[in-house]
Formats: sequence, structure tokens, C-alpha cells
Amino acid sequence: MQRRSFLQSSAVLSLLGLGACATTSVPAKAKVVVIGGGYGGATAAKYVRLLSDYKIDVVLIEPQAAFVSCPISNLVLSGGKQIADITTPYTGLSKNHGVTVVKDSASAIDTAKKTVTLAGGATIRYDKLVVSPGIDLVYSSIAGLQEAQVAGQILQAWKAGAETVALRKQLEAMPDGGVYAITIPEAPYRCPPGPYERASVVAGYFKAVKPRSKVLILDANPDVTSKGPLFKKVWAEQYQGMVEYRSQHKATAVDAKAGVIRFDVQDDVKAHVINALPSMRAGAIAVQTGLNNMGNKRWCGVNYQTFESTAAKDVFVLGDSIQIAPAMPKSGHMANSHGKVAASAIVAQLAGWEVNPAPMLTNTCYSFVDNKNAIHVASVHEYVALEKTFKAVAGSGGVSAAPTEQEGGYALSWASNIWADTLM
Amino acid sequence: MKIKNLTLMLAFCALTASFLSHAQSASAQAALYTRSLAATCANCHGTDGKAVQGASMVALAGLDKNYLAAQLKAFKSGAQPATVMHQISKGYSDAQIEVLAGYFAAQKK
Repeated sequence: MQRRSFLQSSAVLSLLGLGACATTSVPAKAKVVVIGGGYGGATAAKYVRLLSDYKIDVVLIEPQAAFVSCPISNLVLSGGKQIADITTPYTGLSKNHGVTVVKDSASAIDTAKKTVTLAGGATIRYDKLVVSPGIDLVYSSIAGLQEAQVAGQILQAWKAGAETVALRKQLEAMPDGGVYAITIPEAPYRCPPGPYERASVVAGYFKAVKPRSKVLILDANPDVTSKGPLFKKVWAEQYQGMVEYRSQHKATAVDAKAGVIRFDVQDDVKAHVINALPSMRAGAIAVQTGLNNMGNKRWCGVNYQTFESTAAKDVFVLGDSIQIAPAMPKSGHMANSHGKVAASAIVAQLAGWEVNPAPMLTNTCYSFVDNKNAIHVASVHEYVALEKTFKAVAGSGGVSAAPTEQEGGYALSWASNIWADTLM
Repeated sequence: MKIKNLTLMLAFCALTASFLSHAQSASAQAALYTRSLAATCANCHGTDGKAVQGASMVALAGLDKNYLAAQLKAFKSGAQPATVMHQISKGYSDAQIEVLAGYFAAQKK
């Protein structure tokens, strides 16, 4: 009997991968626990260590073995980069900064008991918790999309990784003269200029290799949501007759077999490669914990001075999951900036100090229009205590005059530096 | 007598320690705010101004304080043309620029 239950439990252990090859021991408690190793969470983990002079212990919970960047991932679709070029391991955080990286996902948060339970079964007690889970794709917003995605027929590739590589393969397999269609959900969504960048660089690939092909941009929004005049000029001049932009096209259903997209008002569209981006909302763990108290329960409200949740004490929400202040895009650069403001606030609170009364955020977002040339939008945001929000500093920020190769170089250097600032 | 001396000494020590720790804590708090401000540059210029080798952005760590402040002010006024820094620098006050210049000048290259 005892032997049998022992055998059963070791079978369970090995199924969970916790048998002989277990490497990470999960601590029972940590001053700071971070859920999610993206631009927000990884930066927060590193900067709590840095700003506390390595005095505060940090556990980072992340299911992926390595970080795959969404920024620059569109160049994997155009063939300008390989997936390995946009992948960075998490070992820098542990080796260089002593962050305890636990390869697992959070399955539950108890904000009263201040514990996080992991999918693997372990429970960690925290003093401060950072929740940075990114976005969840609401597949149900487009009928038929979930099934088509599971079958590998219609991809999002909006979370960079295996789908990015798979979508590249679909584009490579598409015959010359084919149609690639990308559907864009109503704002707010992750990375406002991302879909337009994607359409542009895919057109660049078509122009070089299969010039009779077409790119259709089917946008639920009334107009291009970011860098509009710059993108429209590129489509009209560089990709004349190849890229077509249609506003007010809200996708409601897809038929993968027939290659058809249906809309709430407009006529159906046929395409060889459909890249459907559904509605987005805060990551599942944030929703499950009830942190999603804003924007029709899609986003998480935060105190902008600290990024502490307005729904739970000692819980800080970062990145794409938050309800943004005006002119604050959902971008990787912004998430990194959130991570630093939160890290500084956490370090101050744990030391018993007043938190920084005047935190600042920057955003610099480059978009490629082909494999070489890029444009940017930049902004600087200051916390306005009187209004308890971030506001763009008057007179700061702006966009490029035109795409240039010089900015293409800066875009790649930006990526190298922010990956290092976040993860190394 | 001895005991009284000892008590006084202990009280004096405690007072000094408390004063020192308070002063240290205030300066550590100020340092935290400065580091937080400087961290807004790190996304593009590297953590503490140590840019990745081969990147086209200037590595700010260890550059001369006056040079850094003058460059930022020249971007801000438009005297120094740029692709993006003329837009970013306008987000910072002259006082913040002085703090940033001092911080990056003090970092090891």
C-alpha cells in the first residue's frame, strides 16, 4: 500500500517534470515576486535588484525558457531576421543580478494571504507582487478563429514565437499573385503601429519576391491609429497598387477553409493568408485575480505614481495589461518604463521612504517600412500629482519626417539596448 | 559613576547612530530618485549609460558632465540636429538635465 502510493506519487512527479531532472527549487517566500518575464516584468525584477543594491530578493515566474521580442518580430515575417535574432535567454537575470527565475506559470493569486500558487503546485509568499502578464487574445471576438488557430490555419503571431515562424512559412508558401490580409481590432490593443509595420514589411517581401501579390489591411478603427501620414505615404509611393488600406472593417468571423473574412457591416473579403488579430485584454491571471477593474473589465487600473493596482494592495500591474493614461501606448518600451517606476516605488516602500513624487516615462517606438528603412514615434510623460495621471510633457515628442536607413540602424540598436536593459 | 558614564555613552552612540542612519537614509532616498530618472534613458542608452557594444546610440557612462549637459541643451534648443533626441530632450527640464549629466558622468565607462 505504502509502496503503491509511493510509486503513484513518483509517477505524478515525473509527469510534472519534477523528478530526477528537477533543477529549480522554488523558495517558499520572497520580498518581491514578479509574474511574467516580458518587457515589464523582467525590467521590474532587474531594477528591484539594482535599485535596492541587491538587498531585496526577487523571484521571477515565467513559463518560457527564453524571451522572444515582439518588437523586431515583423522582420522575421519579412525574412530580414531569424527568430534566434530576437530571442534572449533569462539566464542574464539570474547570473548577473541574482534574480531567482522559476520556469513555471502562476495559476492563482491570493491577495489576502499574499501568496502565488504555481501550475507546478508550489506556493510562494510575497511582500510585494508584480503582475505583468501581457495581453490575452480574445479569440471569441471573431467566430471560427479559435478553431482555425488551433488547426494552424489562421495565425495571430501577435505574441512572438512559434506562430511568427509559422506565419513566415505561410507567406513563403503563398503563390505570387496571392492576397495576404491582416485584420486589426479596435484600439486599445498591443502595439498600435505594429499591424501597419507588419503590412509594410510583408509588402516589401512581396515586392522583391512575388510582386503580383497584394496586402490588405482591414482595420476596425476609423483611421490608421499610429504614424498614419507616414505609413499612408509609404503605401501610396513605395507599395503603390500592392497595399490597400480599408478602415471601419471590424472582423466578426473567419472561414479558414474558404479563406473568407466576414465583417460587421462591410462585404466579405477573400485572402490566401489570413492574419486575424482579435480583441485584446489584460492577461488571464490579472483577470482571474479581479485586477481588471477598468475599460469594460478589459484592463487593470493602477495608481500611476507607483503602478500599484487600484484593486489590490501590494500588487503592481505593468505593461500591456494596464488601463493607459491618454497618449500612453501599449508598447514594449513603455512596459520597460513602467517596470522601473514600479521597482523604484517598491524599493522605497520596503525601505519606509516616500515614493518618488515625480516619476517619468519615455516611449520610443520604431517601425520598419521594409527590411532597411524605419520611422519612429517618441514621447516623454511626467506624473502630474494634481491630476494623478501621466501627461505627455508639452512640446516633447514627435515622429520622423520620412523613413530612413539611418533610423533603421537606430531601430536595431534600440532593440539591442532595450533587450540588455531588460534582461542582461 | 561608571555606570552613569556608560549609560551616557550608550545614549550618545544611539543618538549618533540614529542621526547617521537618518542622514544616510535621506541621501539614499535622493539617490533612488536620481537613479529612477536616469533609468528613463537606459532603454536606448543601456543600463546606467552602458550601451551594448556596436550599438549606434552614444554610451553615456563616464562622459564629461558639462559636455553631456551642453549636448542635451543643444538638442533641446534645436542647435544640435538629431533624429529623435530633439524630441526626447524637450521632455526634461534644465534642472533634470543637470542631474542626468551628473549621474552619467559619475558612472564607470
